Amino acid sequence: MDIHEYQAKEILSNFGVAVPQGALAYSPEQAAYRAREMGGSRWVVKAQVHAGGRGKAGGVKVCDSDAEIQAATEGMFGQKLVTHQTGPEGKGIYRVYVEAAVPIEREIYLGFVLDRASQRVMIVASGEGGMEIEDISAERPDSIVRATVEPAVGLQEFQCREIAFALGIEAGMVQQMVRTLRGCYRAFRELDATMVEVNPLVITGDNRILALDAKMTFDDNALFRHPQISELRDKSQEDPRESRAADRGLSYVGLDGNIGCIVNGAGLAMATMDTIKLAGGEPANFLDIGGGATPERVAKAFRLVMSDKNVQAILVNIFAGINRCDWVAEGVVQALRENPVDVPVIVRLAGTNVEEGQKILAQSGLPLIRATTLNEAAERAVAAWQSDMKNNPNLRAVQ
Amino acid sequence: MSIFLDRDTKIIVQGITGKMARFHAREMIEYGSNVVGGVVPGKGGEMVEGVPVFNTVKEAVAETGAEATLVFVPPPAAADGIMEAADAGIRYCVCITDGIPAQDMIRVKRYMYRYPKERRMVLTGPNCAGTISPGKALLGIMPGHIYLQGNVGIIGRSGTLGYEAAAQLKERGIGVSTSVGIGGDPINGSSFKDILQHFEDDDETHLICMIGEIGGPQEAEAAEYIRDHVSKPVVAYVAGLTAPKGRTMGHAGAIISAFGESASEKVEILSAAGVTVAENPAVIGETIARIMQ
Repeated sequence: MDIHEYQAKEILSNFGVAVPQGALAYSPEQAAYRAREMGGSRWVVKAQVHAGGRGKAGGVKVCDSDAEIQAATEGMFGQKLVTHQTGPEGKGIYRVYVEAAVPIEREIYLGFVLDRASQRVMIVASGEGGMEIEDISAERPDSIVRATVEPAVGLQEFQCREIAFALGIEAGMVQQMVRTLRGCYRAFRELDATMVEVNPLVITGDNRILALDAKMTFDDNALFRHPQISELRDKSQEDPRESRAADRGLSYVGLDGNIGCIVNGAGLAMATMDTIKLAGGEPANFLDIGGGATPERVAKAFRLVMSDKNVQAILVNIFAGINRCDWVAEGVVQALRENPVDVPVIVRLAGTNVEEGQKILAQSGLPLIRATTLNEAAERAVAAWQSDMKNNPNLRAVQ
Repeated sequence: MSIFLDRDTKIIVQGITGKMARFHAREMIEYGSNVVGGVVPGKGGEMVEGVPVFNTVKEAVAETGAEATLVFVPPPAAADGIMEAADAGIRYCVCITDGIPAQDMIRVKRYMYRYPKERRMVLTGPNCAGTISPGKALLGIMPGHIYLQGNVGIIGRSGTLGYEAAAQLKERGIGVSTSVGIGGDPINGSSFKDILQHFEDDDETHLICMIGEIGGPQEAEAAEYIRDHVSKPVVAYVAGLTAPKGRTMGHAGAIISAFGESASEKVEILSAAGVTVAENPAVIGETIARIMQ
């Protein structure tokens, strides 16, 4: 789960990481008021969306007066910010963070990640702050400093000092850097983050080390023990279909194609998408309805897939392991009787009791296209989608 | 004996009184697995599916001589259950639980290093379908009937995609020596490489089928290991050619976040190491049949 910059800064600040003075606003008037309240003569207003690349996309503006703040934020609130991380649809701006501008001497990149190779928490730092880590590793790989944390004892002071000196931090400021690193690590560890990124971490003209931007991602599997983090979830930043799916215990990712997929198991769901692509089609979504594939789940899945207006055919691929095909088939038939769909539906069942399952589908009287193998299913889905396009060019036309 | 299991391997089920655990304990017993007990703190003394329940894994090991365990404990307590098994002297542990916090798994991995290699428990999973040596024993939740006994070793992250591969093999009369699910989590007990080592040393395994997916460095690490240390033919499929970057595809670990983590990059890396890659999941069985002829 992602959170906003201002929330990440508040959390990090509670763990001893220094951040610039700032305040949140829900309207242009409030933004201007917050700046007056804060004092000073220069501020930065930042659109709060769950995506990086805000600066280049116009979501971060430097202002020298109330009037400028008002004008800058009027152009933000209610708009969609499109960055290279949001996709073309962008993310809505409903909150703006107003921050006192600080005199920047140097920018540093600082990231904490779960490193899957060492299976530990890894710190990644570079003196080339302000750039994205992908660009740093492509252009200045030699500038990257790495350290892994021994889980039994946690991040040690000497490791923090090593990083600080490797980044060329002045001796007099090394303790500040140690405090920053340890604070980030403790927040990561204690709140079950999967990523903490401070980019840039800046050294100011008056020798302070401040987190100028902050991003935190949390482990969904650990939210049960951090209710205060769960509360920070902002549904306005999520794809509505994905949050609806998550609320129903389904795992859904929307894509750009026209063939909707309903599959049990994440690996098989990805494999089904691949087969559709190889057969000449484009999948509209990833959807894992879980191992169970109960009639209720199948029905929910149909509703979810049909809520995507681009869907012109649906491929159901269920490998019944512990459950049985006849039972899954009943679920499909029941779901389609209760929620008829106006696109071709291809059903491929495999595994336990497959013959009984096929019989139920055949006898249902529903216009289902049946398939026995994965290839056959994908080919029939692509063919159905193509002929559907020919026969009914306006049917569910792409918007 | 197959790589981890045999007809006589004594198995316990942690969390056996839960509805799903109980169901799968019965399925394992019906398949012929030697299930000798279960562990649920506070339920010691009860009988479930004809086997005794113990309060601790240590007690279960002392009373039954258990060597392997199936962890069916809910996510908040699963890591603790795995460490308990490691400490009690269990040799092989399969953890089915989906949804264990990643940092709990980091702790588990670190904890297991307390034990010298020869006494260190082998863990597969979490978030996997388990391990089966067809005709011998099932330690997991997969449907036993889709596997024929034979000489293909399967290693996969995904449950149902592994079933798909086994079913394609069965259709062609090809059997499986052992199928091992290593699970879809970012921090897992055993990697592809760890299991490849076992299959390379296993006389019953003549060909290895590896089913990977997007995300993480384990397929690339396996490729290097295959190139240098595996003499048996390896066939692979990597799921997620159509997956967008930066999005988690169902499995917590299935996210492309770095170079070499996309399906096409993994395909390239594996091919370069001499692995036969089936680009289409529908031809995994066909590809293996061709090589085995």
